[in-house]
Amino acid sequence: MSITAATGKPVIEPAGVPVLELRGIGKQFGAIRALHDVDLTIRAGEVVGLMGDNGAGKSTLVRIIAGNFPPSQGIIHFDGREVHFHRPVDSRAVGIEVVYQDLALANNLTAAANVFLGRELTRSFGPIRLLDHTAMEARALELFQELRSETRPQHLVKDMSGGQRQAVAIARTRLSNAKLVMMDEPTAAISVRQVEQVLSLIHRLKEQGIAVMLISHRMPDIFAVCDRVVVMRRGEKRADKPIADTSPEEVTALITGAKEAA
Amino acid sequence: MAQLTDHPVSFANVGKARWWHRGLFASQTGYVLIALVALIIIMNFASPYFFTEGNLQNVAKNFSFIAIATLGITFVIITGGIDLSVGSLMCFAAMVTSMVMTDISTPGEPLASLFVHTGADGKTVVANVPGLILIVSVLCGLVVSLIVGLLNGFCVAILGLSPFVTTLGMLSIVRGLAYVISNGRGSFPGGPDADYFYALTSGDVFGLPAPFIYLILLALLMAVVLHHTSFGRHVFAIGGNEQAAELTGVAVTRVKIAVYVIAALAAGLQGIIVSGWLGSAPANMATSYELNIIAAAVIGGANLAGGIGGPLGAIVGCVLLEVIRNGLVLAQVNSYWQQTLVGVIIIAAVLVDRIRARLL
Repeated sequence: MSITAATGKPVIEPAGVPVLELRGIGKQFGAIRALHDVDLTIRAGEVVGLMGDNGAGKSTLVRIIAGNFPPSQGIIHFDGREVHFHRPVDSRAVGIEVVYQDLALANNLTAAANVFLGRELTRSFGPIRLLDHTAMEARALELFQELRSETRPQHLVKDMSGGQRQAVAIARTRLSNAKLVMMDEPTAAISVRQVEQVLSLIHRLKEQGIAVMLISHRMPDIFAVCDRVVVMRRGEKRADKPIADTSPEEVTALITGAKEAA
Repeated sequence: MAQLTDHPVSFANVGKARWWHRGLFASQTGYVLIALVALIIIMNFASPYFFTEGNLQNVAKNFSFIAIATLGITFVIITGGIDLSVGSLMCFAAMVTSMVMTDISTPGEPLASLFVHTGADGKTVVANVPGLILIVSVLCGLVVSLIVGLLNGFCVAILGLSPFVTTLGMLSIVRGLAYVISNGRGSFPGGPDADYFYALTSGDVFGLPAPFIYLILLALLMAVVLHHTSFGRHVFAIGGNEQAAELTGVAVTRVKIAVYVIAALAAGLQGIIVSGWLGSAPANMATSYELNIIAAAVIGGANLAGGIGGPLGAIVGCVLLEVIRNGLVLAQVNSYWQQTLVGVIIIAAVLVDRIRARLL
């Protein structure tokens, strides 16, 4: 179940187009089995929570999707096509963006400069290409407004709150028209008020039909914003349930292993 | 059922910074600039000679002799690196330039036949366009600088060695090479183009010392590159958060190699200019200049931790050092105090910035 942006009423969401489909994904590091036979589908506009204890295989899974290393077994479909990622650039090229826990922002640059880092807009003056500051600041402002964040494009990131930094990091993903955004512990190190802001940013992404994968340890966040929760334990997927059909108690039991599967 | 926070994200607690908390006024460069202006005013009252045209020309010329290298090293410092090899390289590039100039101007030396031949009266005659010898020899000096810069960049960016260790080694290697090729004797720019060389390095243009004009042009170029190109932005990004730059697709390796090449080329050019002013390139030329150059950059506000720096700061740092040196001479203070005072100023400049950051 979800809420439509226009009416705010709960509706049964028609099954969206699958954006990411994992089939039988496995990964071994030498003798260590980090992932075993994981199937996972994420649809457009869906927010999926990924939970599990440390060492459950969450980050291995995220890194496979982000292209940090290829899986040992299994196939990945993205946007209906089979894909093989060897480097992070490969996954970014098809439309997967990762918002890292430590946020990958340069503190000494402005919000706009960070949003456009590595893909600056330029204007040509003969053979010379100079930065188009006006266009970048205007576009960054648009993105911040789209996310309903009052982050100012000209402000330095080092002067910003945790929530504002999240807005900058998420605006980056909007710039590339990502279809899937994976967020690694976005609410781990920020204040309660800022957590609300971040969850609201996730909602903005959902409204725009972007699939979001939220990796988090915080049960309240998962239950506030996700449509579905996936629980990993010992490298296997133990549960994949709509939020409405489960409870924090059940999820906790699945994470700790008190309950084997659901 | 998901309870979603639908109100707009607001940051009412973040006000707009006042003008004196922003930009130049909030930077170490700004504070040091104010200190410099104050110092110049004091000098004006302390010594009637300070504001004479001759003395100002002297100051302008002297600070230009380290300022171009300071511009170059500022690129490296912004990325969070350091280059200790610039002093040795100043000497080596100058030496290569003057040796090549002398060699290809002497009939009988290898390749010299391309540039000169002996006339009917036994005098050396230029075979080509005048100035070609100068251009070729300066290019040779810059090419060896380029090679040294590439080696520094290769060790730091590709092999992952520490910039301090790499360039400390290069300091010694390059100084050693300078002694080897000259046999410790030093060299003198010679031949038919030497006059052009002296005019371009220690002459005046419109009443201003030529090195000063090069400095201003290069500083303007640097300002454009740092603040108005993708490359400049990537230089700052690497200094701010190298991992972030890597993750966002910045070509970190290429940018890092480029900054060491820029620093080396600037040092080479600086050395060539200084040798024109000295009239020779002695093997011990510019010994320990790397420390003055780094000191000037740091006083001017470049942060050795990376992420901060610029051409204005580099120049302000160099001017401040030179005005102090000049002032001590005019005030007839024992010139040995100079180095002590420079040390105090380095620490004071960084300390004032730290205190300001705490207070505001």
